[in-house]
Amino acid sequence: MSSTNGKIKIGFYICHCGTNIAGIIDVQKVVDYAATLPNVVVSKHYKYMCSDPGQEMIQKDIKDNELNRVVVAACSPLLHERTFRNATSQAGLNQFYFQMVNTREQNAWVHLDPEASTDKAMDLVRSAVNRVAFHKPLEKKTVPIKPDVLVVGGGIAGIHASLTLANAGKKVYLVERDPTIGGHMAMFDKTFPTLDCAACILTPKMSAVKNHPNITMWTYSEVVSVDGYVGNFQVKVKRKPRYIIDDLCVGCLDCIEACVYKEPRFFDEFNQGLSKRKPVYMPFPQATPQLVVIDPETCIWFKTGKCKQTCVEVCDRKAVDLNQQPTYKEIEVGTIIVATGFQPFDAKKVYYYGYGTYPNVYTALEVERLINASGPTSGEVVMRDGSRPKSIAIVHCVGSRDKNTNLWCSRVCCLYSLKLAHLLKEHTHANIYNFYIDIRTPGKMMDEFYTRISEEGVKFIRGRVADIYPDTNDEEHRRLIVKAEDTLISEIIKVPVDMVVLSTGLVPRDDAQDVRRMLNISCSTEGFFIERHPKLAPVNTFTDGIFLAGCCQGPKDIPDTVAQAGAAAAEALALIDLGYIELEPNTAFIVEEECSGCKSCVPLCPYTAISYDEVKKKASINEALCKGCGTCVASCPSGSIKQNLFEDEEIYSEIDGILNYKMEEALC
Amino acid sequence: MPDKPKLAFYWCASCGGCEESVVDLAEDILFVVDNVDIIFWPVAMDFKKSDVEKYADGEIVASLINGAIRTSEQQEMVQLLRRKSKVVIAHGACAQYGGIPGLANEFQKEEILKWVYEESPSIINEEKVRPQLKYKVNGSEVFLPELWNVVRPLDKVIDVDYYIPGCPPSPKLLKEAVLVLLSGNLPPKGTVLAPDIALCDECPRKDTKPTDLAFTEFLRPNLHIIDPEKCILSQGFVCMGPATRSGCGALCVNGNMPCTGCYGPTSRVKDQGAKILSSIASNVSAKTEKEIDAVLNGIPDPVGTFYRYSLAGSILRKKVNI
Amino acid sequence: MLKIEIEEAASKQWQPKIVAFFCNWCTYTAADLAGVSRIKHAPNIRVIRVMCSGRVDPQFILDSFAKGADGVLIGGCHPGDCHYQEGNYKFLRRFQMLRRVVDSLGIEKDRLRLEWISASEGDKVRIVVNDMVAKIKALGPLGLPVKYKEWANEMNVLESEIAGKEEVYA
Ligand SMILES: Cc1cc2nc3c(=O)[nH]c(=O)nc-3n(C[C@H](O)[C@H](O)[C@H](O)COP(=O)(O)OP(=O)(O)OC[C@H]3O[C@@H](n4cnc5c(N)ncnc54)[C@H](O)[C@@H]3O)c2cc1C
Ligand code: SF4
Ligand code: SF4
Ligand code: SF4
Ligand code: SF4
Ligand code: FES
Repeated sequence: MSSTNGKIKIGFYICHCGTNIAGIIDVQKVVDYAATLPNVVVSKHYKYMCSDPGQEMIQKDIKDNELNRVVVAACSPLLHERTFRNATSQAGLNQFYFQMVNTREQNAWVHLDPEASTDKAMDLVRSAVNRVAFHKPLEKKTVPIKPDVLVVGGGIAGIHASLTLANAGKKVYLVERDPTIGGHMAMFDKTFPTLDCAACILTPKMSAVKNHPNITMWTYSEVVSVDGYVGNFQVKVKRKPRYIIDDLCVGCLDCIEACVYKEPRFFDEFNQGLSKRKPVYMPFPQATPQLVVIDPETCIWFKTGKCKQTCVEVCDRKAVDLNQQPTYKEIEVGTIIVATGFQPFDAKKVYYYGYGTYPNVYTALEVERLINASGPTSGEVVMRDGSRPKSIAIVHCVGSRDKNTNLWCSRVCCLYSLKLAHLLKEHTHANIYNFYIDIRTPGKMMDEFYTRISEEGVKFIRGRVADIYPDTNDEEHRRLIVKAEDTLISEIIKVPVDMVVLSTGLVPRDDAQDVRRMLNISCSTEGFFIERHPKLAPVNTFTDGIFLAGCCQGPKDIPDTVAQAGAAAAEALALIDLGYIELEPNTAFIVEEECSGCKSCVPLCPYTAISYDEVKKKASINEALCKGCGTCVASCPSGSIKQNLFEDEEIYSEIDGILNYKMEEALC
Repeated sequence: MPDKPKLAFYWCASCGGCEESVVDLAEDILFVVDNVDIIFWPVAMDFKKSDVEKYADGEIVASLINGAIRTSEQQEMVQLLRRKSKVVIAHGACAQYGGIPGLANEFQKEEILKWVYEESPSIINEEKVRPQLKYKVNGSEVFLPELWNVVRPLDKVIDVDYYIPGCPPSPKLLKEAVLVLLSGNLPPKGTVLAPDIALCDECPRKDTKPTDLAFTEFLRPNLHIIDPEKCILSQGFVCMGPATRSGCGALCVNGNMPCTGCYGPTSRVKDQGAKILSSIASNVSAKTEKEIDAVLNGIPDPVGTFYRYSLAGSILRKKVNI
Repeated sequence: MLKIEIEEAASKQWQPKIVAFFCNWCTYTAADLAGVSRIKHAPNIRVIRVMCSGRVDPQFILDSFAKGADGVLIGGCHPGDCHYQEGNYKFLRRFQMLRRVVDSLGIEKDRLRLEWISASEGDKVRIVVNDMVAKIKALGPLGLPVKYKEWANEMNVLESEIAGKEEVYA
């Protein structure tokens, strides 16, 4: 800015954030103090700096006072840095002449002593004021966005996101680990709160995915590596051998019939082991794609190398291929939607509920299959011992809201427990007891649903179940006693029942950490993937171009899952349709005349952005590849690499500021 | 003919190598002698303090002072020379960063005195006599300079205009410095009169250095033979070249020894030791603490290795808890 | 006042100052999370945000000490979790070496600390900060700028002595 005669003029602002900041930090004191700092010409406080009037105040001051630097002390820069940079640039100043002080998340919200908090704020303000003087005008770099999208996981979340994108004309790769898409929802009979049949809503969507010209669906496949960055991810997908040639199989199921195992005898995953399957099987009748799969773990040919291979023989389309090998597909996409869902809490971990010990203790997911018309018992509630229950206990919050297991509420268990209560009543006319801590039924139509079920004669007992054990009075030792304290009457009660249903919570998938590493995203404390911001960016991750949908981000019901999937698709579309994304210009560069060509930095870059020029005998950085970690900068032994936004001088000036260090002290 | 410009040389805590570098100018010294008036050079000619005191303030064109500042006498002399000179040049590694004498900053003064006057195996001093600062003989008092607790580079004691790096500086740099002084075309204050690029730039072995450096062990030149063709660092010997200013012509490497860093860091670096440490450690290939330590233990004395010449002028300056 | 009392009063006044370098993706985010979760902790740290622990130059650490920090804390992503793949390993290696240097130059071990704190570990920020503050309180101030000034005094003493001596000769 020529009008400022090369002088640095800083405007300083501190936000009250209502009382969030001003309630503990003495903002007036900070403002008075900032006014005494070098180069500060404006120093103000305001109720809400991020509001329009707050931003306008900055912009007006920039014009009226010829400010050329702006410092705002407010919330975390991760939240509002962008807001204030925009405000700065709208007033005609380069947006990087801005620095933010984290005064809320890392100060007012975490400290109790107003004086110490105010001191800390002043230290950091001094530091920012020091730093901003060194800021340079920079331009954001833009990278083009490849229009294709990868969706990982084919549950209802992945299905919905894929369809939304495909309908918008984008090419989608949907990668599902299981032999079929559908996820958990495909296992349910009915869904709360409307009690409409899950298959009726889901199956059409599954076939729409299968048939959509814009969707490439790879089931029985896994993403094995993701490289690159937003706009240009290189993805490698492993297609596990199904031992069936996709294009030839028509799903006639003759091979299953012909298998040397005359009877199904292996654990059927889809039915939660409540029925058996053969080594060659179709997961369930509506499985999509309609392709059988041979499980090498149970197939005798793979186990012993000996078998008549009746399946191969019988298939007149020659679709069975026992020599199939995994294949790898390499694709390039611009954005990724992660929709890997959840897994149910392992009920065995609460050992005193007897799951796995007493055959008539079931998990909710098993019961979903049991009451399903297309399930192992064709919807008849026949228990493992062949009997039918006359009384049933449904135990809420198994593995949830408990400091010994998981702290969180899994959100859907109360509701699906009500659903199961209703369905079990309908199927068995048994007496049903719901043991709950609190009934949690927020959401549209949900509490009405609760009222409806409670009017159906289902009993509700408020109390966490303490123990489940066999009833010794029952001669056949089948009956179970459910012991709990009914907290409404403060009495220990023991209810004898024939069947117990454990409403297990929703937990992160076992491999969530591996997926997280591969995608370079983060998990929150419980292990679900973490969103960039719970309110402002609920489907974004900290990695640009990667979005979250469904239960991989946290427990939620189908309506919320679908809504989130739509939001994730919209976020991806927004990027794709804009065609490019702006990236932070925090890349590193080597000053050629300073570089001695010592080559120390070359192997340090994880993105091979640094190369050695054999002619010039110097190293140089390819800006397009550099992601701006700064590792090479800290390592160059002759100080010849600089990082935009994080130059040495900028960091030293922050240190000086924090420690209130004056240059004169250097003389002694 | 107007007076020739007056030049002073002085030595403080140094080995004398820098004085030698003046002599090493060889025939060029004649040029110097022709063009300047050496008015003070205790190591070579008989001058007294009073000779300096008689000059007017600023009358001496330049003083080249070598050695670190460790005693009261040195302090007194450099303060005097500062007053009398237009330009003061820190001559050599010790004046610039403390040099080898600066390593004394790893110890307490008392530790040093005790060792030197009492414990050193070659000492016989049963009465444990120590030099006295003041002593009366025949009715008059004699003084000895006092040893300071801290070894200091010259610019922590007086204002310094330029620096000539090296232990010792190469005659070439010295000659260039004198020429610059005589030309009157002075560079900005604070300039180090040597190229601002690291030694690898002029190292004859540069081309043999690989671009995938990854250390699995460190070797010491006293225990292992250095391949005379290949980059020394890439063989696992700590070579300070990448963090050290060039200008010496890679003398040590040409003698098949690793650079030990005597020319100090480039202008972009505050702390030569920290920077070479950062670079070398980053390129260790191990990933767990234990494995990393195992590799780094191959450098048994990191302070003496990375800060051989620069400890007194480094960020921390000195062992801080004494 | 007794000497002990004076010391006590002084130590109540003195509050350690810790300069912290937190990587943007894990530890800085964790410190924000501590805020969002209102996890209270000691107000003694001053965070400088860097993109990755790999950006932390040992010079920054020494400079912080020299300019008055009583402690320096570096926070990065857990091994294997660095947003830039391996920046944290590179820092770890520097740290292991720097630790020995700092140690032999007389700065107590507890004043320099490296912690891996992931974005979800808001509570670990509290634990680490409180623990570090407690340990540094027990050590007392490092106060290098004050020490440097004290050290410089020996030279001032000489100046007055010389002046005195010159008078004697005169
Ligand atoms: C017993 C029970 C009953 C429920 N009843 C209802 C109800 O009535 N109404 C309702 O609204 N909600 C109900 N829910 C909640 C509902 O299940 C979820 O909201 C919904 O399934 C979430 O869908 P999703 O796609 O996020 O996850 P999922 O359904 O878990 O789908 C994730 C998919 O991703 C695949 N996958 C996982 N990891 C990978 C990987 N690394 N690579 C490739 N693919 C991968 C999985 O194989 C799976 O197909 C119930 C939940 C339970 C446990
Ligand atoms: S580390 Fe520095 S001096 Fe060495 S090659 Fe890289 S940029 Fe050049
Ligand atoms: S800053 Fe990081 S990504 Fe960029 S060149 Fe350096 S090491 Fe590579
Ligand atoms: S590291 Fe040493 S030996 Fe290798 S190129 Fe550099 S100066 Fe020469
Ligand atoms: S090679 Fe290094 S140690 Fe040897 S003279 Fe040159 S700068 Fe000094
Ligand atoms: S990004 Fe956190 S340590 Fe590298």
